[in-house]
Amino acid sequence: MDLAYFHLIDRITDLDIGEKTIAVEAQVPRQSTIFEGHFPGYPLMPGVLLIESMAQASGWLLIALMKFERMPFLAAVKEAKMRRFVTPGELLSVTASLVHDGSGYAVTQAKVSVDGKPRCNATITFGVAAFPNADLRGHMEAMAKRIGFPQQMIAHD
Amino acid sequence: MSSTFDRVATIIAETCDIPRDTITPESHAIDDLGIDSLDFLDIAFAIDKAFGIKLPLEKWTQEVNDGKATTEQYFVLKNLSARIDELVAAKGA
Repeated sequence: MDLAYFHLIDRITDLDIGEKTIAVEAQVPRQSTIFEGHFPGYPLMPGVLLIESMAQASGWLLIALMKFERMPFLAAVKEAKMRRFVTPGELLSVTASLVHDGSGYAVTQAKVSVDGKPRCNATITFGVAAFPNADLRGHMEAMAKRIGFPQQMIAHD
Repeated sequence: MSSTFDRVATIIAETCDIPRDTITPESHAIDDLGIDSLDFLDIAFAIDKAFGIKLPLEKWTQEVNDGKATTEQYFVLKNLSARIDELVAAKGA
């Protein structure tokens, strides 16, 4: 996890195209300026960042299902529940599954757990569109390589 | 069984918190009801689930952008309902 660059997930541990599911790992850093403010003397991983981690895991699932030809953009978060605190240094398991594949949008359900126990979950809607430019596509390909996205799933023109 | 329009109107009322009695078959989802594109995703999701179809929103949007169709053809509710009926019929064919 690199909070400064909004990299909320570290590694894809499972990607099942048939089942339309993904699992990723995300190591919450022990130190971050974010924890100096949230909260002084009682550092907690902000809920909005946990939601972002679920969105990023879901996003990689959608990119895989769309054969790396389109990009998901966060559109709505529903039923987001923060069940237990997440603290610095914890290793998160983030899972997501496709709930609905619409025309120009998709809906996932995602969950964060630690040691098998749920910490938060949400239903997330994404708009999906063509990559707006080559820079973003290139960045996403580089990111894909970094997090262990199966390289054979990346379509090339 | 309620009509397609009734089901769509109920979905819109519940999804967008719009009074049900203000929604008529002549209502334009965007111009009259003020539904924005983000809300329409929720409505599309609910319609897709309720009718077991996939509203071709991207195709419709492209047609409107290309000047091949008007928004009225797809987003006036009586027309939207007719499109849904067509999609349901096509699914069962």
